[in-house]
Amino acid sequence: MSARWLAVLLLAALPAFGQQSGFAGLGADVEGFALPDAAYDLTFPRDHGAHEDFRIEWWYLTANLRDAEGRDYGAQWTLFRSALAPDGPESGWSAPQVWMAHAAVTTPDGHHFAERFGRGGIGQAGVTAAPFSAWIDDWEMTAPNAASGIDRLHVAARGSDFALSLEAEAQGPLVLHGADGFSIKSEAGQASHYYSQPFYEVSGRLTLPQGEVEVTGQAWLDREWSSQPLDRSQQGWDWMALHLDDGRRLMAAQVRGQPSFVFGSLIAPDGNVQPLTGDDLRLTPGRAIPPTTWRVELPAAGLDLDIEAVNPDANMATSVPYWEGPVRIGGSATGRGYLELTGYPPGQGVSGRSGG
Amino acid sequence: MSLRRAALVLGALLSHWRKRPLQLAMLLAGLMLATALWSGVQAINAEARASYATAASRLGTGALARLQPAPGSVLTTGDHVRLRRAGWLVSPVAEGQLRLGGARVSVMGIEPVTRLGLASAGGGVGETEELLRFITPPGLGYANAETAAALESADLGGLTIRLDPDAPANTLIVDIGIAQSLLRLEDRLTALILAEDQPVGLPPLTEAAPHLVRVEPGQGSTDPSALTRSFHLNLTAFALLSFIVGLFITQSAVGLAFEQRRPMLRTLRALGVARAEVMALMAAELAIAALVAGAAGIVLGWAMAAALMPGVAATLSGLYGAEVSGALALRPGWVASGLAMALAGTALAGARGLAQTARMPLLAAGQAAPWAEATARGLRRQALAAAVLIAGVPLCLAVGGLVAGFAALACGLLAAALLLPVALDAALRLAAKLARGVLTGWFVADTRQQLGGLSLALMALMLALAANIGVGTMVGSFRATFTGWLDQRLAAELYVTARTEPEAAAIRVWLGERADAVLPIWNAEAPLADQPGRVYGFIDHATYRESWPMLSAEPGVWERVAQGEAALVNEQLARRAELRLGDPLDLPGGPLPIAGIYSDYGNPNPQAMIGLDAFTARFPGAPRLYQAVRVPPEDAAGLAEAMRDEFDLPASAVVDQDRAKRVSLQIFDRTFAVTAALNVLTLAVAGIALLTGLLTLASIRLPQLAPVWAAGIPRARLARLDLARTLILALATAVYAVPVGLGLAWMLLTVINVEAFGWRLPMLVSPDLLARLGVAALLTALAAGSLPALRLARITPGKLLRVFADER
Amino acid sequence: MLRGVDLTVRRGESVAITGESGSGKSTLLHLIGGLDAADEGALTVLGTDLRTAPDRARAALRRDHVGMIFQQFNLIPSLTVAANLAFQARLAGRHDPARVRALAEELGLSPLMDRYPEQLSGGQQQRVAIGRALAGDPPLVLADEPTGNLDEATGDAVAQAMLALVRRRGSALVLVTHSLPLAGLCDRRVHLRAGRLT
Repeated sequence: MSARWLAVLLLAALPAFGQQSGFAGLGADVEGFALPDAAYDLTFPRDHGAHEDFRIEWWYLTANLRDAEGRDYGAQWTLFRSALAPDGPESGWSAPQVWMAHAAVTTPDGHHFAERFGRGGIGQAGVTAAPFSAWIDDWEMTAPNAASGIDRLHVAARGSDFALSLEAEAQGPLVLHGADGFSIKSEAGQASHYYSQPFYEVSGRLTLPQGEVEVTGQAWLDREWSSQPLDRSQQGWDWMALHLDDGRRLMAAQVRGQPSFVFGSLIAPDGNVQPLTGDDLRLTPGRAIPPTTWRVELPAAGLDLDIEAVNPDANMATSVPYWEGPVRIGGSATGRGYLELTGYPPGQGVSGRSGG
Repeated sequence: MSLRRAALVLGALLSHWRKRPLQLAMLLAGLMLATALWSGVQAINAEARASYATAASRLGTGALARLQPAPGSVLTTGDHVRLRRAGWLVSPVAEGQLRLGGARVSVMGIEPVTRLGLASAGGGVGETEELLRFITPPGLGYANAETAAALESADLGGLTIRLDPDAPANTLIVDIGIAQSLLRLEDRLTALILAEDQPVGLPPLTEAAPHLVRVEPGQGSTDPSALTRSFHLNLTAFALLSFIVGLFITQSAVGLAFEQRRPMLRTLRALGVARAEVMALMAAELAIAALVAGAAGIVLGWAMAAALMPGVAATLSGLYGAEVSGALALRPGWVASGLAMALAGTALAGARGLAQTARMPLLAAGQAAPWAEATARGLRRQALAAAVLIAGVPLCLAVGGLVAGFAALACGLLAAALLLPVALDAALRLAAKLARGVLTGWFVADTRQQLGGLSLALMALMLALAANIGVGTMVGSFRATFTGWLDQRLAAELYVTARTEPEAAAIRVWLGERADAVLPIWNAEAPLADQPGRVYGFIDHATYRESWPMLSAEPGVWERVAQGEAALVNEQLARRAELRLGDPLDLPGGPLPIAGIYSDYGNPNPQAMIGLDAFTARFPGAPRLYQAVRVPPEDAAGLAEAMRDEFDLPASAVVDQDRAKRVSLQIFDRTFAVTAALNVLTLAVAGIALLTGLLTLASIRLPQLAPVWAAGIPRARLARLDLARTLILALATAVYAVPVGLGLAWMLLTVINVEAFGWRLPMLVSPDLLARLGVAALLTALAAGSLPALRLARITPGKLLRVFADER
Repeated sequence: MLRGVDLTVRRGESVAITGESGSGKSTLLHLIGGLDAADEGALTVLGTDLRTAPDRARAALRRDHVGMIFQQFNLIPSLTVAANLAFQARLAGRHDPARVRALAEELGLSPLMDRYPEQLSGGQQQRVAIGRALAGDPPLVLADEPTGNLDEATGDAVAQAMLALVRRRGSALVLVTHSLPLAGLCDRRVHLRAGRLT
């Protein structure tokens, strides 16, 4: 019985990260789990915490960083929660929450990543809303006190060949995607609750095999939870979070399928959000698989952007493989951002499972 | 050589067997038995090894280091979380034994989620939807079919059992939380498995978890393959002995076939078949025989192993706590090993015949068969070889260790076997001098002449008898000592295991008014002389003073131990660590001088005993669940029943003395059932070797018999004489085997057992056993000698006459 | 032991070698058949120098070109008469069932084909041996005291049959015998005395 086989089994048991056949089961089997509700008002700090009655949830931070010599780096800190059952004891070994985390540091010629697993109920992993803290093992994303919400975060993680330690400070408000945080993911109406903090200024230190590097830059935190994230015909998604040098932020994503479902948010420097749909936004992948170059067109805002990966080899060869790394923006505007590609066929860097 | 010609000549060679099916049967039977005994034992060993490997890989106990609580401390879920939060990649384990009615099962609690992060650790849950059921009480357990069947009626609190053919033998795999509740561990864990790759810059373990000790893979009591190595070596040694005895048969049969086909070989060569072609085809013939007999032997060995396997499994689990499946799986490894042994053995047995064929002159010289001649030079050479082997015995003993011990044994046995014909020849020479009368003189001379042809078979018989005497004496000595020891060791009338400490305390109070004495016996794992061992705490009581099986002790030993000033150690520990009375024994909380050494059969591990107060001070976290109870023997059953009712204890929680002894003896007898079976088989093989040797001789010694017959001795009388000769030779061999067998027993008791188990036993010679084996030898000889004698009695005078006609 | 022996035999010719016991006549025959090796001198049989030829080459010579008939018959006891008859021809790769049948007929063995050698009389066994030697149609037949183990009457009959067959088939026959009547039946007779031909 190999560890690999076990990984497959366990991940299939984590519905959000399941195989495509697993997704097929999802549509019918949400019994007992809470469903996203368009009428729900997001309330903070409560909604920074875990929503254990939903099946899946994540705290997803990506940072575009630069050292004193102007070299580009990317950093990722992600915590996934998956509920095996909608209810159950909150503590003890029988608590039905399973946690998984990924951390990565990407350089122009390197990509380091690590993965962690943990059971809920015993304190090994979890999230508290106020003061905000998300942790698994010695990885953490923590606010200094309850009053600051998630405006100031200490983010740390380490693997066998790297470590990251960052301080993030928000320079703008929280951003609610879709309709006040109710984000639709398919024509059939699959949806999630989705908000972001895209305005972090970051400074900190990366530990790499070559040594330690002091870095500064920008970060983007995504918060999303749902019980039924994808339609059964959808195969995976492409997602990007872009910091434009003019102060605007753009979230552009598509869930691939027949047809693909495109959505996004254009965020003004003051935090005003304009929800985007496939009518506004056009995403064209480059030739490589997975596509690490993109053309992003948003004619209404006069944007025609060329997106290119800082390091095309930013494969996350974790138990759920996917591609995630920093990108540079060219074209009608400049800037930096993060790109995530899931659900591409195996043998081409990303396996047939979707992740994120 | 063209294929057609090869087929033609091979056909001619093989046609020989058509007229001699019995001889062919002998050849094949010898090879088959040799292969069967060898491959059967290999199958058993392979199965056991596979079980250990499965356990190691399924449970992740094999390749990864573990953290275990230091003696006297406790490992909890909190420790696991603390280490994880410090960055250490660990996965918790909760292991223990669960007694359910008569059955005993290993419960292995794992944590599938963190285990996933431990790259090379196996273990986990089966079906995707089952993770929730796995972790949610009453839980889901994985077990192989055998274990599942044993647990069918067990009360596991509603646990569902899933069949998992990969689950280790006699093991139930459950979630960590389920294991904690099944094993009543509360929040305790038994170990943390350490991932191989740990993150950079972690705090040292001594800081993060000072109360945990790191146990490297393959070290410590969790690795059954190290513990059971001696047992498997034992089996292999016996298999090899049986194989060699089997080869004696093959050698006889092959030798005979070469002898009988000498004229045919000459004719073939005269007709134009080259020497090299003849050799190649004879080798091919042997290879075919080896493959056919080898295949049959593997089937037979398989059957034998399947029959013996449950006993072996019980032994391994009883003696070493190693879980081995009682069922046998077909493994290509031992099939290949069996066939290889058959081929190699045949090559060995056929080498002499082939060499003779190579040297055989094309033109008949009309000489008597040299094969059957016991030449003075051959005997001298054998004596010389024996001397060299005997010199090897002290050398091997000086090296020390189990393998060297077996090597010494092999040297001694082979030397004794080689000296047998020398000794018999000397005895016959003496007899010739004393012989009165023509017929007696002829009889002795003729016997001497036959010695060469029979010596191999007699050597085989001798080895089989010696092995029987040696092993029989060892087992007998062991059993007698063990029984006596059990009487001493299990002196209390009842032994009670509580489920929890409060329950244990309540039981002790309850018993206080009803029993003569309640003697708590608490224990904890602790390294003793750098080996995983166990320390027991006990209170001073007449029970121990009167009956404890002490081998040596200082004066005032019980007072000193009771006051916490001294410790007792078992013989195994004393021998391995070379500890003597008065030497300090390192224990948690400081060393204690050794005041006594006691015998502790049936346990391969080190053990020490200290006063109960000293024990609780040194091992504050040890569970306090076990106690012995002294009551008048006639009240024991009633008290046990009352206690079960009062505390609602499962039947297995209260064990009476009789039952404990019975179970111990059962385990003991099973341990040696395998060796006994092999012994009987070896003797049977030796009998067949003798029969083959006699048949060989019968066919080539007509020229010697014919003149005697012509001189007026009737055939029936000749036949009786022949049978008598066989019996006399067998008896002489048996007499010779007695000192050899006793020497073997001595070696087993004082060398092999000490190396393998760590205890030394007094040797008890059983005249009964010797007499039985003497009879067995005679019966074997009678069975083997009857057919050739019968044939001689019924031989046609024409055949005897032809002897004269053929002489030129 | 043998000195200056020079012997040429033509196809269809039969030569008898006679001599006292120990005169070397059997040794000569064994040398010709490559069964024994000469200490020195030249020995060429059918173009093969037997002094230097390895065992394999000598075996090939016997197998393919020489039929051997022995005093002890030397049949293979575990094969039937039929198998024995055909054995050498098969060995040489020249097996012809019709020819074997004809030989058996001529030698009076037809009714005995399924028997084993031990079920035959000496004369019958020697007939099988003769048939075996001739079945492969060898250019040379060597016979070593072929009637030595047979009584006179049987020996005569066997010898007659052998000579007749050899002549008819055109093989050369070299026969060693101490029986003068038998030697007389041959085309030529040489006498060996103290290792020399006379």
